[in-house]
Amino acid sequence: MEKTMDLTLKVWRQKSANSMGAFETYGVKDVSEGSSFLEMLDTLSEDLVEKGKEPVAFDHDCREGICGSCSMTINGIPHGPEKATTACQLHMRHFHDGQTITIEPWRAKPFPVIKDLVVDRSPFDRIIQSGGFITSRAGSAVDANAIPISKVTADYAMDAAACIGCGACVAACPNASAMLFTGAKVSHMNSLPQGKAEKDRRTLAMVTAMDGEGFGGCTNIGECEAACPKSISLDMIAHLNRDYATAQVKNFFNPVT
Amino acid sequence: MYTLCNFIHSTIGRKILMALTGLVLVLFVMGHMLGNLQIFLGPDVINAYAYKLHHLLPVTALWAVRLVLLGTIAVHIWAAVTLTLDNRKARPQGYLEDKVVQASYSSRTMRMSGIILLAFIIFHIAHFTVRAVPAGMKGGEGGVLKITEVPLVKDGEAVLKNGHEEMTFNVNDMMVLGFKNGWVSAFYIIATGLLCMHLTHGFSSMFQSVGLRNGLWRKRLDRAALAYGWVVFIGFAIIPVAVMAGLLKQDPTGGLVSQVGETAAIIESLEK
Repeated sequence: MEKTMDLTLKVWRQKSANSMGAFETYGVKDVSEGSSFLEMLDTLSEDLVEKGKEPVAFDHDCREGICGSCSMTINGIPHGPEKATTACQLHMRHFHDGQTITIEPWRAKPFPVIKDLVVDRSPFDRIIQSGGFITSRAGSAVDANAIPISKVTADYAMDAAACIGCGACVAACPNASAMLFTGAKVSHMNSLPQGKAEKDRRTLAMVTAMDGEGFGGCTNIGECEAACPKSISLDMIAHLNRDYATAQVKNFFNPVT
Repeated sequence: MYTLCNFIHSTIGRKILMALTGLVLVLFVMGHMLGNLQIFLGPDVINAYAYKLHHLLPVTALWAVRLVLLGTIAVHIWAAVTLTLDNRKARPQGYLEDKVVQASYSSRTMRMSGIILLAFIIFHIAHFTVRAVPAGMKGGEGGVLKITEVPLVKDGEAVLKNGHEEMTFNVNDMMVLGFKNGWVSAFYIIATGLLCMHLTHGFSSMFQSVGLRNGLWRKRLDRAALAYGWVVFIGFAIIPVAVMAGLLKQDPTGGLVSQVGETAAIIESLEK
């Protein structure tokens, strides 16, 4: 027999972006320890609908940890207590019977709450739009061996590209800094030959966009790395800092456009 | 398109400025500590060191060095204050439950240790450089720390210049007198403890801010930062501790008495 548990949930409820939000307390019964955190929230929502109440709104899509949609701070940690795990992949066996779980939306000025646990993460889209691309002929896919890339570089770029843009780094940072996200995107593109041509322009543009969106600065404390469901390392932030400094020096002598 | 102004106002640009000014201060702190430790080599040595600091460079150059150091601190503080204000704006609402996963205590309290250190620096300059702080000594000396002049001593003998004894500040007595006040000593020890904390994060963090760090070097630099912080703490705090313990004594002659007698006195007090 699979074990079940009864839980008390403290959930942030907010009707719309402009309304005041508050915590509501709910009880959920007979939660299977094999269910995921989002499935547990689904049962709560079913309960609420049955009682004629508004269900809890939260972002979700693939439910297999790769889309970056789910975004909730569980007991003070974005995506919950399990390392390198998204909220959708978090199993209820990591909680115990009778536990009180606090669920809050990402907290950051650039990520305003739209409803309940749903926040507006379009600032990330605008950072990508500012430079997270390469300008090249978009024909059919080139042969894999057309541009030789060393294994070390390919692995490094792949580690950076693992970022799913969920925003947990911003949520975990006491400064709401988007350095880990921007660092991952910049490191990914700047380290590959296809991205080299626009390296300086990209770095300057993406950092300017990041600051312009109102994200805070990095204080190198490392909470983002700990919260990241894809284990993006602080190395990516160092890479961003390095490329930014280089781009600014080059720009001083020969304007980067 | 991108100007120098743009660099200085970006979050990364200000962190780079903080790292570079931090490096200057990290190196200054080590130099200062090594200079101070010469007090254990005898009053003549520390007084000769003070003479060297005041006479190695012309007065204008000495002031230039002082102003550059103060300017470095000013830039460091300006970057910290403006970044902190921006960071507060970016996170107007916190979490009901806020958990820390891996950030170190010192990394999260840089602003607090920094503010107390600024207060300490102001006190320290007023205390030993400007000498405007009441010494609060026993024995009726209620006024500010007074500095006396003693002959510059080399190899146990006064240095003569044009037939006159060359004079220098009696830094030894100034330090011993200053630290005889328990409150002053306690503040110095607490402040250097905070400096240790500030350095255990800052020393490693400055490499990250300029991009010269990776996973492997992060571990090494974090360890080096911890060691550096402790070395600086012990190196600075040992002087007020030694004064309070009576190991360092005043010497109105500035070390003119033979070295043998001096060493014997220290050994004697150690045995006590």
